[in-house]
Amino acid sequence: MKAFRYASPRVEDEAVDLLEDRWGASELLAGGTDLVGLMKKMVVTPELVVSVNRIDSMRGITADSTGVTIGAGTHLDELLDSPLMDDYPAVKQAIRNIDSLQLQSQSTVGGELCQRPRCWYFRNGYGLLADQGRHVVEGENQYHAIFGNSGPAKFVSASRLAPVLMALGAEIRVVGPSPGDETTMPLEFFYRIPRNERQRETSLEPRQMITHIRLPADAERSCAVYEVRRGAGPADPLAAAAAHCRLRDGVVEAARIYLGQVAPTPWNVEEAARWLVGRTLDERTAREAGEIAVARATPLSKNAYKVQLARVSVERALRLVAGLDCGGF
Amino acid sequence: MKDSKHLRPPKAGFSRRDFLKGSGAAAAATAIGEGVSGAVAAEAGSSVVGPGPVSIALNVNGQRRSATVEPRTTLLEVLRYQFDLTGAKPISEDGSSGGSTVLLDGKPVSASTVLALEAVGREVRTVEGLHGDPVPAAFVANDGQQCGFCTPGFVVAVRAFLDKHPSASEAEIRAGLNGNICRCGTYANIIQAVLDVVKGGSDG
Ligand code: FES
Repeated sequence: MKAFRYASPRVEDEAVDLLEDRWGASELLAGGTDLVGLMKKMVVTPELVVSVNRIDSMRGITADSTGVTIGAGTHLDELLDSPLMDDYPAVKQAIRNIDSLQLQSQSTVGGELCQRPRCWYFRNGYGLLADQGRHVVEGENQYHAIFGNSGPAKFVSASRLAPVLMALGAEIRVVGPSPGDETTMPLEFFYRIPRNERQRETSLEPRQMITHIRLPADAERSCAVYEVRRGAGPADPLAAAAAHCRLRDGVVEAARIYLGQVAPTPWNVEEAARWLVGRTLDERTAREAGEIAVARATPLSKNAYKVQLARVSVERALRLVAGLDCGGF
Repeated sequence: MKDSKHLRPPKAGFSRRDFLKGSGAAAAATAIGEGVSGAVAAEAGSSVVGPGPVSIALNVNGQRRSATVEPRTTLLEVLRYQFDLTGAKPISEDGSSGGSTVLLDGKPVSASTVLALEAVGREVRTVEGLHGDPVPAAFVANDGQQCGFCTPGFVVAVRAFLDKHPSASEAEIRAGLNGNICRCGTYANIIQAVLDVVKGGSDG
């Protein structure tokens, strides 16, 4: 690890004040499950690390009639154990899917959303885009993107919470770039596909950070997640889907479906969601929605199999929303 | 891989030269975490420390221990190389093996991905602190290890898991221990050891 300076501020504004205005010069540290490994491999080499772990305002979960607010520094296992999250069983399921006690108790919600891509070119020092995507296109791309990959970014978004939080309509509170600044935006706007090595996977500026995640109250909706994984173990899923529907007598009134692990951002499959509206959600429509969801996939040379996995993820998430068994395991 | 030389991390922690240089200045180094049991010392907050050595105090297995670390020093490095608590293992750099599992305020974390400075003001418990616990005894009784390299991490993870799920089923145990990997594949005996503890039958 390259040597760095370290600060552990107590309030949000102080953290903003400490951050540098160039990506990479400073990094935010939460659980450390991603950042510390990246620093050891010298993939990121900040001069300053700003820990958010002693900022009390970013910890814990509160609820009112309009929804819940989760501090970005709240650990995943705290969500799992909180009765305030009982109305969001799909979020709990997504955390349970992570399936590692250590990751659940060490990772924070904000850190989970901000984790860097797993792309092995990136993790071995070839840069976020690996020579503007050329290494990936000509190389080992079996775990890379099948959507949103026409530009130089071919990696997949690694967050396992983002698809379900976005399906639930999550918003984030962001502070910075100057102390005192604050904005609220849909989580969906947080992710963007970088075009060059000076950009990152998010729309934030280097001196901004997520402080809270807000989920609207979820009374009459049904949400589910499904991940295709390589058997047991902490490895990343190969494809994942989160589906959220408002159902009346089995008929879909509104739907949102997001895919994970298939594109440089969590991927909104709007066509499939729109197609479902007005239809009865059952085995047949779930399957067809899955097909619509992947109709416009653009796999690379070695990852066409992921199209099938993404299709199945959507189908099975929707079956779970409908209260059917998922049709697999 | 091209450039792979540049990608090799330098030895983690500080070099001998840095250390010698640093220890001369140790008296002047910022002190963090006076009074380990209480809240973290207020001065740890706003001030920026490092990149050179910093004096800290950690609460490890109920004892107050002093150490001199750099901001980049991990909790695992302090435990192993300064406190001689070599149970937690440096198996994976990114924590994916579970080999460096310790309890931080009672929760299982990978000490290899926790900075030592982050552990100031918190309670650290290592496998050495589980002396007399039924979990290690059950591992012995069930032959829950071959080479034994993964064992300390497993023992701590099992302790944390059972604290939360004292009457777990076999399926729950298998799912709950997914964050630990055993290269020798001793899983069957490890699961049996955990089941024994659940049944209260760790006669080891
Ligand atoms: S006993 Fe050898 S790695 Fe588990």
